[in-house]
Amino acid sequence: MTSAPNTNAIRRADHVAIAQFINKGELVLDVGCGDGQLMELLQQERGARTRGLEVEQAGVNSCMSKGLAVVQGNADADLPVYPDDAYDVAILSKTIQELARPKFVLDELSRIARRVIVSFRNYGHWRVRTALLTTGRIPNLGHSTGWWSDGARRPCTARDMAELAAEAGLVIAAATAVNGKPVTGGSLGRLNWTADELVFVLERKKG
Amino acid sequence: MNAPARTLSGADGLKRLSVATPAQPLKLDSGRVLENVEIAYETWGTLNADKSNVVVVCHALTGDQFAATPNPVTGRPAWWDRIVGPGMPVDTNRFFVICSNILGGCMGSTGPASKKPDGSYWGTDFPIITIADMARAQIALLERLGISDVFLCIGGSIGGMQVLEWTIQARDRVFAAVPIAVAPRQSAQNIGFYETGRQAIMADPNWRNGTYLAEGTRPEKGLAVARMAAHITYLSETALKRKFDRKLQDRQTKTFGFDADFQIESYLRHQGQTFVDRFDANSYLYITRAMDYFDLASEHGGVLANAFRGLNTRFCVFSFSSDWHYSPEENRDLVRALNAAGCETSYVNIETDKGHDAFFVEEPEFEAGLRGFVDAAANARGLPKARA
Repeated sequence: MTSAPNTNAIRRADHVAIAQFINKGELVLDVGCGDGQLMELLQQERGARTRGLEVEQAGVNSCMSKGLAVVQGNADADLPVYPDDAYDVAILSKTIQELARPKFVLDELSRIARRVIVSFRNYGHWRVRTALLTTGRIPNLGHSTGWWSDGARRPCTARDMAELAAEAGLVIAAATAVNGKPVTGGSLGRLNWTADELVFVLERKKG
Repeated sequence: MNAPARTLSGADGLKRLSVATPAQPLKLDSGRVLENVEIAYETWGTLNADKSNVVVVCHALTGDQFAATPNPVTGRPAWWDRIVGPGMPVDTNRFFVICSNILGGCMGSTGPASKKPDGSYWGTDFPIITIADMARAQIALLERLGISDVFLCIGGSIGGMQVLEWTIQARDRVFAAVPIAVAPRQSAQNIGFYETGRQAIMADPNWRNGTYLAEGTRPEKGLAVARMAAHITYLSETALKRKFDRKLQDRQTKTFGFDADFQIESYLRHQGQTFVDRFDANSYLYITRAMDYFDLASEHGGVLANAFRGLNTRFCVFSFSSDWHYSPEENRDLVRALNAAGCETSYVNIETDKGHDAFFVEEPEFEAGLRGFVDAAANARGLPKARA
């Protein structure tokens, strides 16, 4: 069974935070689009045109039954076939920490799209730091069977993500806590303390 | 209302329309023209008032126009009633579905088994045709039926090749397209397999340089071998192992002879034998040749994406993981080009061990995915839901 389009579904907070950076008419690639919730939101509320990439059959079928264009594939392998500058925006919503090759994927997306938006869990948040200090363990690794298991998350911080962006030749054009106001410039240290979930808007370095 | 059906020739009860006449011949890619062409077809469902609910189903190499109902000539069951029919993913309660026998085929459409105006059989005098020529004849058929726009064009294998030609030739008159288990160009491996089949046919003494119909012989042995070789490529090693492995056919031990000891031998012989009862050997030569010549990129300056640039058609491509006839990789080449051309494209690779022929058999994820795509496209086109 595939579910009918459900516009009343509870929205993921990071989706709402991402949507504010999307402009009307933009062509958006959602990498790891799942059942297409974010694409629906971007179409309905931002007037964007969307394409999805998803590896799981159930998510792909769900997208198609909602009339959303989706390609079944794997971000770690299939991005090289996309042409340069094909999209205005590429999105990794809570996906980049699950990838086998995050640097490769970010390199590819910055080639394919003029802007790359990533949302991710921030392991620099003060609660995580406190927990590490007091318990000696890293919390929220995203997998119940241990940090060593397949698909366990990469526990990076806001500063770590900024380092990856720089390595990929990208600059942080805007950043926001998922439940906060967007900031630009030198607030990264504060966000790294206070935000448990972050959205970065990355753009190619000029010149 | 149902489309008008005029039987122009033949007492076989097949619906046919003339799509080319000496005054309006069919111009072929080869440069030759066909002055008299009839296309046999079948329809299901009801054409709506604004003619916006038309679905074109394109059949594969050895298929025919009887996608949703049994073939009255051969008595064989419908080849795609899992997909086309009341309540099926291509719902004949909602859509007006047309399937036609391809140009060069042998189920009522003009081909090498048809007669020339002078009354003799075409045989190998028939011009070499291409996939584009087949689509050209189908588009002409729809024009004769008074239909210009197509809601959905769908087909697998060589049927998928026709779907691609449709979207290019009937530019922006195809709302949605579903090419299944296809490739944008015929691979060397496939040309090789089909050449093996053609050589088997031509090596049969009963082929008589293609004049067997006039001489009253039939190259059955050659055609059966051609079918056996090709059929292997429609299955997968995993499925062959699962179904047959090395099991013996109705015997306990090997016979130390060339009888069909193994079940796979018996199965392939049966496939070959039943095929010759319903298919014309020269048709097999012409249609496989058309597949060999298929290379969309070469027709568009060597860049596949150029074939699709600017199309408003929404595409959904399906491949099957164990298909080595038209592999997932070849389907992805098509998807890459569609994406590069900016087309609205979905792509699904179905996990299955059933190989190329998976689209003919039960494959729940394929059916669910197809149903979702077709329904959503029909809603986007503003077509009313089927009456219960």
